[in-house]
Amino acid sequence: MLHDTTTSRIAPAITLEGISKSFPGVRALSDVSLTLYPGSVTALVGENGAGKSTLVKILTGIYKPDGGSIRINGTAVSFPTAHAASKAGVTAIHQETVLFDDLSVAENIFIGHAPKTRFGFVDWAFVNEKARALLKEIGADIDPSIRLRDLGIANRHLVAIARALSIDAQVVIMDEPTAALSHKEIHELSELVEKLKAAGKAILFISHKFDEIFRIADRYTVFRDGRMVGEGLISQTTEDQLVRMMVGRDVGQVFPKKQAEIGEPVLTVAGYRHPTEFEDINFELRRGEILGFYGLVGAGRSEFMQSLFGVTKPSAGAVRIDGNIAVIRTPSEAIAQGIVYVPEERGRQGAVIGLPIFQNVTLPSLGQVSRKGFLRMAREFALAREYTARLDLRAASLDQDVGTLSGGNQQKVVIAKWLATKPKVIILDEPTKGIDIGSKAAVHAFMSELAAEGLSVIMVSSEIPEIIGMADRVIVMREGRIVGRFEREELTAERLVRAAAGIGAVPGEGA
Amino acid sequence: MISVEQTARYVPDRLKSPAARWVKSWESLLIVVALAIFITNSFASPYFLDPWNLSDASFNFTEKALIAFAMALVIISGEIDLSVAAIIALTSTAMGYAAQAGFDTPMLVAIGLATGLGCGAINGLLVTGLGLPSIVVTIGTMSLFRGTSFIILGDQAFTSYPASFAYFGQGYVWWVFSFELALFVVAAIVYGLLLHKTNFGRAVYAIGNNATAALFSGIRVGRIKFILFLLTGLMAGMASICLTSRLGSTRPSIALGWELEVVTMVVLGGVNILGGSGSIPGVVLAALIMGMVTFGFGLLNVPGIVMSIFIGLLLILVIALPIVYGRLSRRWARSAA
Repeated sequence: MLHDTTTSRIAPAITLEGISKSFPGVRALSDVSLTLYPGSVTALVGENGAGKSTLVKILTGIYKPDGGSIRINGTAVSFPTAHAASKAGVTAIHQETVLFDDLSVAENIFIGHAPKTRFGFVDWAFVNEKARALLKEIGADIDPSIRLRDLGIANRHLVAIARALSIDAQVVIMDEPTAALSHKEIHELSELVEKLKAAGKAILFISHKFDEIFRIADRYTVFRDGRMVGEGLISQTTEDQLVRMMVGRDVGQVFPKKQAEIGEPVLTVAGYRHPTEFEDINFELRRGEILGFYGLVGAGRSEFMQSLFGVTKPSAGAVRIDGNIAVIRTPSEAIAQGIVYVPEERGRQGAVIGLPIFQNVTLPSLGQVSRKGFLRMAREFALAREYTARLDLRAASLDQDVGTLSGGNQQKVVIAKWLATKPKVIILDEPTKGIDIGSKAAVHAFMSELAAEGLSVIMVSSEIPEIIGMADRVIVMREGRIVGRFEREELTAERLVRAAAGIGAVPGEGA
Repeated sequence: MISVEQTARYVPDRLKSPAARWVKSWESLLIVVALAIFITNSFASPYFLDPWNLSDASFNFTEKALIAFAMALVIISGEIDLSVAAIIALTSTAMGYAAQAGFDTPMLVAIGLATGLGCGAINGLLVTGLGLPSIVVTIGTMSLFRGTSFIILGDQAFTSYPASFAYFGQGYVWWVFSFELALFVVAAIVYGLLLHKTNFGRAVYAIGNNATAALFSGIRVGRIKFILFLLTGLMAGMASICLTSRLGSTRPSIALGWELEVVTMVVLGGVNILGGSGSIPGVVLAALIMGMVTFGFGLLNVPGIVMSIFIGLLLILVIALPIVYGRLSRRWARSAA
């Protein structure tokens, strides 16, 4: 309450009024307003496609709005270019931060606005010194002279934040900054947000994770279908209220877990190891089972899954499918054996952007839709129609480029592509990362349905509620090894986190 | 609590019919350009419309177009092969050497095709086996193949080909239709079907748009790229047979600079130089356009060097045009909306 009175008395740092933006055929934003206050964090929530990204692009000068006004400290401004926005003190830290791998940390911080010497050369001494000071200010223990390539994701975020501070930004946009971070890194990031707040910055925080929003944000603004549908103080709302505003209907964080009948072992993995990524992986997967793989980012789960799918070679290990030894050296051999993989990096490894939806769906099943190597267009469309309909794909037509779909719908296309191959084992790597809550629930419901139909599912996830909500059994990995196995009944958030972090088991637990 | 709609909503197969799409395509623009050049040429010179003159003119593009079809697939897959002209030189040298040793026409053809395939295999192995960038590999093999040809021939030439060998470059199938023109038509159909109607062609598009996702979808990316380099080698071998037969002699400088004309033809045909899109009908039209322009310049006595300046400008123009157009249309969309 006290907070409310303070923020309303403080003059807003930036005010957007009546912002509209249309693209051919789509109205991305209509008459949207947003106000950010100095020293305050405003969470922007909404499903994918609600218009959040469009708004960020308008704020950073990448798109020009069709109508409406932007005011900074009361004066009307316009951002014809990204440079103008950054000069006006607006900066964005994206989920996949756009920085330069082969430049040093200091160069990354100052690129585009490096101080010059009298002779017009870059003042390197000053740049390095200032970079060191900025990094120290945000508590980052990073040497400004090393190349960015050698830093992890969390440290890259810190560099991006230092960059934001270096241009003396008044408005900092954080677009899903925690999507790729581990638990500990998220904690460090939230401390940093506190520091930015204390420095009087106005922060726009975009996230799909409600626990974060409630921990970090002071205010919220909700978008739905390109409109602003609600705003207020975080302290005066609840998760349920926010979700209702976002989706315009009730979608509880209830997991649609159906207890499937669990049958005989389908996949047996013995002694799988890789020189650097993982070692000694042994487990069994049964028919109708959802097996969760939990661990911190970098625990070797994705690397192991990709090796099971034939992308990388393990140095040793054996795979049996239905009791028979299976040799898997390439993804096409894995697919032939009935193992398919929905990758975490949807845009890079999952969908072939540039090809239409139906061609994406039929890509691994070309044999099914062709005769003697010649494609049958009618069969292609029939197969694509069947599987996209099962996943309730939202698209204008099956001939549409898959790149024009939202993240959730792209994920549905990738899953449809695999179901069309009639697999025995489907590996889902972070299946709901970065997709909106409606699509999330659809993916979860679908996963349950698949298990009920007798498919075996491996679900790699870093989201504890998802693991606890969906898995029949959970394997926890840390530093490339299996460090814990839990049955559904024994699953608790605490046990998972302890095992993954290597803190040691809860008393009475063997790891 | 959960209320996710389970009723599937209807998603139509297509919004635009293929015909409607065709009208707005690059290919239909090329048809207009081809017609315009045809009409201009027929007014510019009284000799243009003579069937035999037109038949002679077709030699301007048939050999290059044979390679361009295979090159189109390579470029769509995101790679490039700049060694094709050098393959012609090496293949021609191999055939000339064999002819001097007394081999007859069928054997010469076999040697020509095998040499082309062998060169393609070297390119393919270096690109897919060692994972090297194709632009670097084929610039290297370009020097390697032509250099070998220079070492064998020096300033000599092979000129003693059997009489029956002349058919490939000088023979006629029927009336004014040369063997080369017939081969061009057959190759256009074969490559058109291969790219647009087969699993192989679909895989080529998938690789060109996103090689990683194609690999993750079970496409054998390395194998397909290897086959593509074999195909350009084979087509360069075929072109070499036609060209050697037409000229009746082999010098190491044979087909010098053709790789750029072939790439220009492919890009003019609407193939994206960055990979992922393009069509064989487009390349056919581009071949016709380039052939007619060359012929028109010849009738007007424009010197050869002007022709190569024209090819250079054309290459830059057709690469720049779609990019500039895309940028402008985005700007218009932004300001109009």
